[in-house]
Amino acid sequence: MNGSNRAIPVWTLHIAVIAALWAAQYVLPDYHHGIIARVMVLACFAMGYNILFGYAGLLSLGHAMFFAAGLYGAGLPIYHFGWHVVPSFAFGIGCGALLALVIGLLALRTTGVAFMIVTLMFAQVGYLMTLWLGEWTRGDEGLTLSHSERIIESASVFIDLTNRDTRYGAAWLLLSVVLLITVVIARSPFGRVLVAIRENEERTRMLGFNTYANKLSAMVISGAISAAAGAAYVLLFGYMGATFAAIQYSILPLLWVLLGGAATTLGPLLGTLLMFYLAELSNDALNAWFPGANLSQIGIVGAALVLLVLFFPKGILGTIRERWLKWLP
Amino acid sequence: MSFGPHLLLASLEGLVMAAVLALMALGLSLVFGVMRIVNVAHGEFFMLGAVLAWFFSTMVSGNPALGFLLALALSPLVVGAIAFASERLVLRRLNYNPEATIVATIGLLYILQQAALTFFGPDARPVPPPFNYRVLLPWFGYSGYKLAVIGASLVLLAGTWLVLTRTRIGLVMRATQYDSETAQAFGIPVDRVYAGVFALGAMLAAVAAVLIVPIQQAHYLMGGDPLLLSFIVVIIGGLGSLRGTLVAALIIGLSDGIISMFFSPTLAKMLATLLVAMVLVFRPQGLFGAAAR
Repeated sequence: MNGSNRAIPVWTLHIAVIAALWAAQYVLPDYHHGIIARVMVLACFAMGYNILFGYAGLLSLGHAMFFAAGLYGAGLPIYHFGWHVVPSFAFGIGCGALLALVIGLLALRTTGVAFMIVTLMFAQVGYLMTLWLGEWTRGDEGLTLSHSERIIESASVFIDLTNRDTRYGAAWLLLSVVLLITVVIARSPFGRVLVAIRENEERTRMLGFNTYANKLSAMVISGAISAAAGAAYVLLFGYMGATFAAIQYSILPLLWVLLGGAATTLGPLLGTLLMFYLAELSNDALNAWFPGANLSQIGIVGAALVLLVLFFPKGILGTIRERWLKWLP
Repeated sequence: MSFGPHLLLASLEGLVMAAVLALMALGLSLVFGVMRIVNVAHGEFFMLGAVLAWFFSTMVSGNPALGFLLALALSPLVVGAIAFASERLVLRRLNYNPEATIVATIGLLYILQQAALTFFGPDARPVPPPFNYRVLLPWFGYSGYKLAVIGASLVLLAGTWLVLTRTRIGLVMRATQYDSETAQAFGIPVDRVYAGVFALGAMLAAVAAVLIVPIQQAHYLMGGDPLLLSFIVVIIGGLGSLRGTLVAALIIGLSDGIISMFFSPTLAKMLATLLVAMVLVFRPQGLFGAAAR
């Protein structure tokens, strides 16, 4: 597999990345400060996706439903019932985990292409449901959380999530926790079993592992992390809308993970970061070169997917691991 | 209008829907059956067919029938050529690996959408029907063109059926579908069959789009709904089973027409999608398909 099991370089690298992201907030200009906060939250989504796709080898085309479960699971109770931030964040994660459990129980009965289509269909049902329950969710238009609804306040603490620096800090904290969870999973016996399932499920079963239970656990963890990203998104940026449940938000984490490198711990973060800036920069540049061509993100996403899958299937960190750094988790 | 005529109108609308859906789903089913890949970009080939129909119909002035016939002849050819090229340039290089091809066709979907947005624009544009004739039923008048769509679709379906079952090309395709390795061993150029099937599938979607575009305007995002519906049809009918696909298209088209006339269309779509996901989970061979080989 990954050559050796070197603990020191692995942990050093991850702590260094986390530290660098913390330090970045003091040097970044305002505009990039906001982007990086958003990228960190979305990277958590990608990391959740990576657990299922990268490690367990299950290509889901419906992860938007878990992100949206966290988004609405956290946002709607605040908006409609005046819940506080912390319980609704937990509730959002719970919604995602429960949904992942139910979907997993059903969808994991299928394999290969059928699994992709089943998850796609369930996510489509979820998307239609956000439209159908328009009275609660306001569908495409979405809902905005007010300033006062995004404050954690008790006797001793006062945290204002709408504040620029607090928002960065919260996103950073979530990212750090999720990244460390991913590293622990990747290095644990459970993670090794997932990789074994990806490489050869039949053989893993013959060795006495319960592949169904392991895949289901991966699905629930993946769904919970994606939901955590969704819940954090609504709390930090104050907006929830049906677009986050649409098919495009199932494809984006796939793209980010493919670009950064599937089954690498840092790949999702790198992929999200690069893709975000690529879309941002190329959009402006291309529209300047070809005025009136209506170039949008969809074209870049499409071209990136085709090029990646054709010429660069292992992604950036996957290639680096293959060529040089065999110990990368 | 009382319930009876209302139901008749809904059924007629459903039949038009079913006719177009059958063509499109047949293309998807053919590609899945022979090549064992899921073509997520199928809806965009449908969209391209409609958008090209608009281009061709605006190139000819005078009688709208001329422009329509030109579109009917040329736009499937152009779409077929695009599909052929993308098969050669992308899918073949991936060795038809199911996961890689699904990602690639998702990419293709977005690229085609972007191309349509760039060259066609974000607006919906109408294509005039080739003739305006109303069939006067005792309760309401009904567009003769819509009835013609049903007829044309039946003719095309029958034609495809004949090609598949009675000709040498069909034999080669069925042999490849049944066992591609043995087919290869018997000297069938499996590689070229794949490219042909992919182009044929896209052409069926394009023909369906040209037929529907005088009823429904051309728009660069119009591929999504038909894609989902044809997935539903192909799954209910059994992946890769052509007869099942036709039966399922009739059922889905009719029920979609009737349900969305009497109930909320979003709810109808939601329930249908959920039902189909359950079919795929519990009866992967489809409701009408035989057990998997």
